[in-house]
Amino acid sequence: MRFLQTLIDALALGALFALVAMGVSLLFGVMRLVNFAYGELMTAGAYALLLTKDMATPVRIVTALAVTMALAALINVILRPFRAVPPTTSLIATFALSFLLQNLAILWFGTQGSAMEFLPDLNQAFAIGEVRVRWITLASLVIGVVLVATMALILRRTDIGLQMRAAAADFSMARVLGVRGNWVILVAFLATGFLAGAVTLALAVQRPLVTPSYGFNVLVPALVGVVVGGLDRLVAGTMGGFFVGFATVMLGQYLPPDARVFLNSALFTVVIVVLLVRPNGLFVRQTRGYERL
Amino acid sequence: MSEPEPVLELENLQVRYGAVPAVHGIDLTIGEGEVVGLIGPNGAGKSSTLAAVMGLVPPSRGDIRYRGKSIIEVPTEQRAALGLALVPEGRHIFPEFSVDENLRLGLLGRRDREGSNEALETVFELFPITREFRRRTAGELSGGQQQQLAIARALVSDPDVLLLDEPSLGLAPRLVETMIDALGEIRRRGVTILLVEQRAQLTVAFADRTYAMRDGRIVLTLTPEDAQDIDRLTSAYFGT
Repeated sequence: MRFLQTLIDALALGALFALVAMGVSLLFGVMRLVNFAYGELMTAGAYALLLTKDMATPVRIVTALAVTMALAALINVILRPFRAVPPTTSLIATFALSFLLQNLAILWFGTQGSAMEFLPDLNQAFAIGEVRVRWITLASLVIGVVLVATMALILRRTDIGLQMRAAAADFSMARVLGVRGNWVILVAFLATGFLAGAVTLALAVQRPLVTPSYGFNVLVPALVGVVVGGLDRLVAGTMGGFFVGFATVMLGQYLPPDARVFLNSALFTVVIVVLLVRPNGLFVRQTRGYERL
Repeated sequence: MSEPEPVLELENLQVRYGAVPAVHGIDLTIGEGEVVGLIGPNGAGKSSTLAAVMGLVPPSRGDIRYRGKSIIEVPTEQRAALGLALVPEGRHIFPEFSVDENLRLGLLGRRDREGSNEALETVFELFPITREFRRRTAGELSGGQQQQLAIARALVSDPDVLLLDEPSLGLAPRLVETMIDALGEIRRRGVTILLVEQRAQLTVAFADRTYAMRDGRIVLTLTPEDAQDIDRLTSAYFGT
């Protein structure tokens, strides 16, 4: 029974990490850019929830999503001059942006955490037989599955999805055909902003203490997941994010109590082994041609 | 017979890749409905000329005019909407996409969305494999079929000017004939064509006039009558 309980928790955290990983992979697919400032989108969403603490829940949700999407659009503008530079330069630029935003948060809100109290009742559990499931666990799973499925549908079935896939596969040829590169990149940024906002809403219930490194702490393991899964493919990267979220809960539960402080070490050991055995990523088929998004 | 209205004009066009010059100031005028060939050995500057027309490389000097207006500052994606379409060397189809998705991408460059179905019907007629294998993944098609798809994808955008970069590359002789037949049909529909090719004789015979390029310069102008003049063609290529 305890296993089932842990399994559900692991699936839920996996679903949230999968969403973060999907946001990172989506942008990498279209722009060849790993956006380290992605974590700050979640931090901004969390501070939006903090600042709207006394307002109605729907207002808080809309505000948080609007803030993460607006910040994503702003980052797009800031990073625009870096499109023509080598990927390593733009990677360092996103690092710098991430630290700048974290330090702005320290200036405005201080290093001490503040409690944002977002839908605390969702931490209550309900029973299925002998298994007790928190509502937020169920909500996280639903949010994860629905958003991954929606994104897949958008990419496969809509014109803008086709354009994003084309831009990811061959940006220059896509432009020759009339795909508006700037528009596609903006849509990708807005989509990642929305995903970051959705993850923040689910996390805020379970982790109500918001600090300047709130999102960064989530981004790092999700990013590890993306690399483990396969940075160059959206599906693989998303699955990698899920894998790391899932493994974190499982290892946390089943490592001997005195070894739990080494959870991150255990996780990264798994990562090193995976990358040694499958350097292209755990979920990337070793074929010649593939589609990134 | 009066001269056709100029559609595309290149004036003293120069292209450089860093310090390496690729095109050394060429002048070229293509009239409405004309077929103009560009031949020459590798590195002659043919593909760079097409890339500059499509906005993929910025010219270091000179001007490119489309229907009398300079398009130097117009981004690549908007050139498609103006009526320019490129079939690049190596086809650059999207191998992981279905044939249908490749064609849908071609439709993005259209100036009007209403004519999309009609445009698709036209290419289905011209290249039946694009209808037959519509649901198939483009990467599964043979080289010749992929070339047909690449041209079909450019055609559905209803271009006024079709830029073709080595469409016969890697094709068996029989398929080259089929492709030239298709280009003949496209020409009959009034599309202006700028054809870059290594197959000199074929291009000279097909085009209204052909320019031979060498080391980034136009060195010779040839007419269809020159197609049988092997000495002249050899000299166009090798400068002998």
